Amino acid sequence: MTDAVLKSRLDKRPIQEPTAWDRLKVNRNWLGVWFMVPAAAFLILFLAYPLGLGVWLSFTDAKIGRTGEFVGLENYEWLMDDSTFLLSVFNTILYTTVASVIKFAVGLYLALLLNERLPFKAILRAVVLIPFIVPTVLSAIAFWWIFDPQFSIISWSLKKAGLISTNIDFLGDIWNARWSVIFANIWRGVPFVAITLLAGLQTVSPSLYEAATIDGATTWQRFRYITYPLLTPIIAVVMTFSVLFTFTDFQLIWVMTRGGPVNATHLMATLSYQRAIIAGSLGEGAAISTAMIPFLLAAIMVSWFGLQRRKWQQGGDND
Amino acid sequence: MTDFTRRALVKGGTAFGAASALTGPALLDWAKAWAQAAPWKPEKGAKLSMLRWKYFVQAEDDAFVKMIAAFTKATGVNVDISRESYEDVQPKASVAANTGTGPDLFWGLYSLPHLFPQKCMDVTDVADYLGKKYGGWVQSAQQYGKAGNKWICIPICYSGNMLNYRVAASTKAGFSKFPDTTAAFLEYAKAMKAQGTPGGFPLGHASGDGNGWVHWALWSHGGNVVDKSDKVVINSPETVKALEYAKELTAAMIPGVGSWNDASNNKAFLGNEISWTDNGISIYVAAGRDATKKDIAEDMNHSFWPVGPVGKPTELHLMYPVLGMTYTKFPQATKALMAFMLEAENFNPWIESAQGYLTHCLNTYDANPVWTADPKRLPYREAAKRSLTAGGLGSVGEKAATAIADFVVLDMFANYCLGREDTKGAIAVAERQLKRIYR
Repeated sequence: MTDAVLKSRLDKRPIQEPTAWDRLKVNRNWLGVWFMVPAAAFLILFLAYPLGLGVWLSFTDAKIGRTGEFVGLENYEWLMDDSTFLLSVFNTILYTTVASVIKFAVGLYLALLLNERLPFKAILRAVVLIPFIVPTVLSAIAFWWIFDPQFSIISWSLKKAGLISTNIDFLGDIWNARWSVIFANIWRGVPFVAITLLAGLQTVSPSLYEAATIDGATTWQRFRYITYPLLTPIIAVVMTFSVLFTFTDFQLIWVMTRGGPVNATHLMATLSYQRAIIAGSLGEGAAISTAMIPFLLAAIMVSWFGLQRRKWQQGGDND
Repeated sequence: MTDFTRRALVKGGTAFGAASALTGPALLDWAKAWAQAAPWKPEKGAKLSMLRWKYFVQAEDDAFVKMIAAFTKATGVNVDISRESYEDVQPKASVAANTGTGPDLFWGLYSLPHLFPQKCMDVTDVADYLGKKYGGWVQSAQQYGKAGNKWICIPICYSGNMLNYRVAASTKAGFSKFPDTTAAFLEYAKAMKAQGTPGGFPLGHASGDGNGWVHWALWSHGGNVVDKSDKVVINSPETVKALEYAKELTAAMIPGVGSWNDASNNKAFLGNEISWTDNGISIYVAAGRDATKKDIAEDMNHSFWPVGPVGKPTELHLMYPVLGMTYTKFPQATKALMAFMLEAENFNPWIESAQGYLTHCLNTYDANPVWTADPKRLPYREAAKRSLTAGGLGSVGEKAATAIADFVVLDMFANYCLGREDTKGAIAVAERQLKRIYR
């Protein structure tokens, strides 16, 4: 009896093969994809698309207000031979290298210092952060005054002290200008490095230092064989960011020198802005920006493979 | 009335201006009548937004706001005004032109409409109406205003860039009259430096004062970026002469001009560090307003640029055109506003409130009392008439704008004057860049 009822019911309802869509809806492996969709859409819309558009623009002769025609590598061929562009590449590499190295050295020193037992430790740590808190444009304007050819406080003090007779031409002389903007960048970038490294230092277990001290390790040995190796992952991250920020710096230069004197402080970012937005040659400006990508990738690779691929970080021995 | 002080003159001028200008209800009545008679009838429910350069003098902006309020009352069209530093109007307008959305009107710098001429409304009827009514447009304004035979913007005003100098120091150096030739000017600069009162022109990326003086140096010696047909002719013996002249002049300036931007020479002049430079009237106005700097205002004067071997004025002043975007939903309201701004009842009090910062481009306004109230302002009255256009002999379009915005000529002079390159090298760099811009 029951069999008959069941049978008749089954007969009435035709057996449906699940469609591909039905499977996708419930498939466990596909579930992950569904969860990823919002994030992926966000990344594609706001990161991949503008980047792709920038690269595409660099292959066109687009001007502001006019979509360009595809011109292949013409922009790059032109730039390869453009002395201003080559100068800006040199400036950028010099700026990034010098500023990053010094920022790292000073930042690490400050971090080690702040990690010691100091009076007013909390206040000191807050004070160190100040250059980082001040909006970049404001600090750039302050430096612009400090380095002013006529009203520089440095020139004024040295003159009053009788050490020099004429003002120092900070931003008008080619090399002076380069060192001046590098100095401003270092001043601004040190707190980021120092505070992040300090955070890293505080994760190092004190018992390691105690054990080392009992074994008779010197201060240098404790730094070299405990602090430094345990700090490398943080160093890798901090320096990657620091290099990226420095390489793409714009505001400091734009406010202080506009790339002058005679383009001696033009970075690739400022030159790209000048050519693309101010002068209207979008294609050429985009080519300059795109030319930054290989440098940035190289910087990331160096820190990634050079500093972060330690076996112990992946659970192995570090021998 | 021999003991006329400058103050008394300014006061007198203001009183006269106020008497001749319409105020309050009278202005509104006039505006209403104007709206009735004007050839452009704003669309129903029209609303406009305008992005303009940020004022140099508060009084100018106040007068402008009053004018816009009268326009709104008379026509019912609300105008939303936003202000940006004059260098930032261009990128914003460019983006708006690119995306087809943004303010209906942009009021920016000389090259602006020519960066995207096809996105600018045709305003030939407005320009013709104003030109006929007010004594015609000056030559340079016509060149700036038109793309082909079509007006693509309305030139509102110029801001003159003239020579500013200290009178006592110049007299002491043996120049009771400011030199009017380039050769005499070089002697002047040397004499001024020798007696410890040097001056200077900016060689940094100063879009106004920097571009102003290097183009004067180039043109006054017969050099040109391009010829009439836009062929690049920068590589010429005249350019070499201009460069050599500029280098000698730079040697007679105060050290540090390589880093100067548009604000640096103002600071240095007001700080008594320099005794001559090129600038708008802002140094004079700032000095007159500051009680501690009154002696500077009393002791300074302005002059035209010295004339070079070519024998005629070769000056470059900044023009401020207002343009309407083709994407606007209210073209009639846009045109009405443009015309309204330049009607005598509005324009006279407005240009007067600018205290000489701004110079008209319509001939009738020569009679405005702002120029006679204080004789030290007089050179600025001629700015629009004496100005050449950004492209020199060539077209005033996109290419000229790009060349100026990319500082090609300025960098050429800086390269040579600051000793980075010889004349050949400096010219070669500029020529290569110009050939690409003008291809």
